Order: sequence, then structure tokens, then C-alpha cells
Amino acid sequence: MGLNEQFVQGVAQEVGERGFLLTSVDTLANWARTSSMWPMTFGLACCAVEMMHAGASRYDLDRFGIVFRGSPRQSDVMVVAGTLTNKMAPALRKLYDQMPEPRWVISMGSCANGGGYYHYGYSTVRGCDRVVPVDVYIPGCPPTAEAFFYGVLQLHKKIHRTHTVSAGWGANGIRRANTQAG
Amino acid sequence: MSPETLDQLEATMAARFPELPREKLADALIVRVQPERLVETMTRLRDDPELDFKMMIDLAGVHYPEREQPLEVVYQLLSVYKNHRLRVKVAIGEGVAVPSVIPVWSCADWYEREAYDLLGILFSGHPDLRRILNDYDFDGHPLRKDFPVTGRYEVRYDETLGRIVREPVALERANREPYRHTL
Repeated sequence: MGLNEQFVQGVAQEVGERGFLLTSVDTLANWARTSSMWPMTFGLACCAVEMMHAGASRYDLDRFGIVFRGSPRQSDVMVVAGTLTNKMAPALRKLYDQMPEPRWVISMGSCANGGGYYHYGYSTVRGCDRVVPVDVYIPGCPPTAEAFFYGVLQLHKKIHRTHTVSAGWGANGIRRANTQAG
Repeated sequence: MSPETLDQLEATMAARFPELPREKLADALIVRVQPERLVETMTRLRDDPELDFKMMIDLAGVHYPEREQPLEVVYQLLSVYKNHRLRVKVAIGEGVAVPSVIPVWSCADWYEREAYDLLGILFSGHPDLRRILNDYDFDGHPLRKDFPVTGRYEVRYDETLGRIVREPVALERANREPYRHTL
């Protein structure tokens, strides 16, 4: 994956630009977070089958340290895979609230993104972002396992951009843009 | 069903239930029953050795808003041993209850709950007549022809209240109407 190379380059860059300690702790933390993202399985419809494909031996999400968990308390990322209904919405939010921080949400498929095929239905939430804050939207109906994989890697990129310890302050006390407190 | 089986079944039905109106439609035999006689008729249909309808395959509800009795319950019966089928229809008015057929076929439980949930058909004698698919406090019955397709409310999470709230439906883009009802 070239992650070590990326890590070393990142450390070198951060040391050069800012301070030694704070930035390398951030990079280390982000590396640790992205290396073991345990998703909470929230399979609601057919998208869940594609999520299973991504977890099975052909694509094998285990390579990235992604192990599906059945409990929100052991999870880092929630994959909303399928149609979210009005009846399910309170349960989804409750499980999201039970996840320990830092936590992320991947919205998988048209239904979770914006209601999809059921947008004009009477029992569907028109996008799961009305209930939980979403980090990555994966389009498709359902998205292929590769698309899901790509979404996970996009989330990795997003996490690598976060600065938890340095909290958005760069060298000389200048506040950086595009930062997010973890 | 084959024409022979259908004719034989119709003959049997004419002999055993001469009072029930019969109708042949697309290789199927349909009979209409009054709600008062439903459980008695269904029990005889199940226990008669010539008819032997041991299975209730499906129970469906229909809404005909233009009719005098706007609601209808349709039972699909099957005899595995005799290899024939029968469709039983019961028409009812608004707010009138149909006797539950759970004493005859216990599988009717969830079908009747579904018909109640989606069409508001009441079943007297049902042990647990609550909604089965929609939220328990859902407003209305969505398969009624006068029910708006997009529903009456939508849900979202309210950050300040810290819970899921309901609001009237506000669509950013109106739904297309591919067909209009005659209502």
C-alpha cells in the first residue's frame, strides 16, 4: 500500500513545516485509526449484500484491518447500507449515539444517500444524512463491492487530513484551512 | 388449474355451497361470502374431504373507493392433496369488521395484521391486531386510494432536541403523477 513510505514522507514534511512532536502524533494517530476501522454492520437492504461481497475473500476488507462488528461500542465507522425507513430511523440514531468517538459514517447506495427509488414513498427517510452526519457518500444502486472499497479508501484519505492534537494550528500560529477537530 | 379440475371443483362447490355466488375467471373459481357466514364456510371448505382446502396461501385486501362496500378481503385457498385452488372474496363497508379466520388457519395472523395496517380492514376476534409493517403510531393506511403517495410526515434528527422529530412532508421537487385517480 505504500503506507510506510507515506508515513515517513508525512513525518518529514510535518517536521519541516511545523513542530516535531505534535504533528507526528497526529499522523501516527491517523495511521492507527485508518489501519483498524471496524465498521458497524448496518445492512438494511440489497446494498448489504454488496457490503458482504467486499468483506468476503475476493476483495477481502480484512487486508485493511476492516473487521465487521456486531456491536456499536466496538465500532469506528457505521456503514448505512440500504433503505432507511421512518421506523428504523430512531434505532439507527440510537446505535450511532452508542458508538465511541471518533466515529464516521459511510452512506452506501442511492437509498441511503437521498431516498433513491423510494424518495417519494411514505415510509422512507429521504437520505440518511437527515438522521446521522455522513462522511462519505457512495453512489450506486447498489454500488459494486469495488465502489464500496473506493468509498472506504476515500474515508481513509479524509481521516489522514484531520489534525487532532495540533487542532488546526500551523506554524507561527497561523490557522490552517480545511481542518477538522477529531 | 386444468379445465377438468376446474369443472370438477365447480360442480363440487355447486353441490356443497349452492347459496354462494360463483364466478370463473382466468382458470380460477371465485366465490363470494357474506362476512357473517365466513368462519363457518371456511371451516367447511377446510374439513370437507371433497374440497380439502388445508392451506390458506394468501390473504389480501383491496380498496374500491367507487363501490358501495369499498373494502374487500380476498382469500386464496389451496388443496395440496386434491391439487385445486379456490378464491374467496368478502366485501365489507367502511368500519365493518370481518371475522378473523385464525381459528381455521393459524397462518392468517400476520396476513390480517398486514391488511389492517395497509388498508384499515378490521378483523374481529384477532388476538393481536396491531400494525405489522409501518411504524406503530403511523397515521393512516397507505394502500387506501386517497392516501398521498409521499405520506403525511417525514422524520429527521433534531440536534437541539436530541431526538428524531416528525415534520410535514416538504419536497424540494414535486413528484410526477404518471396517472391520476378517478377520485
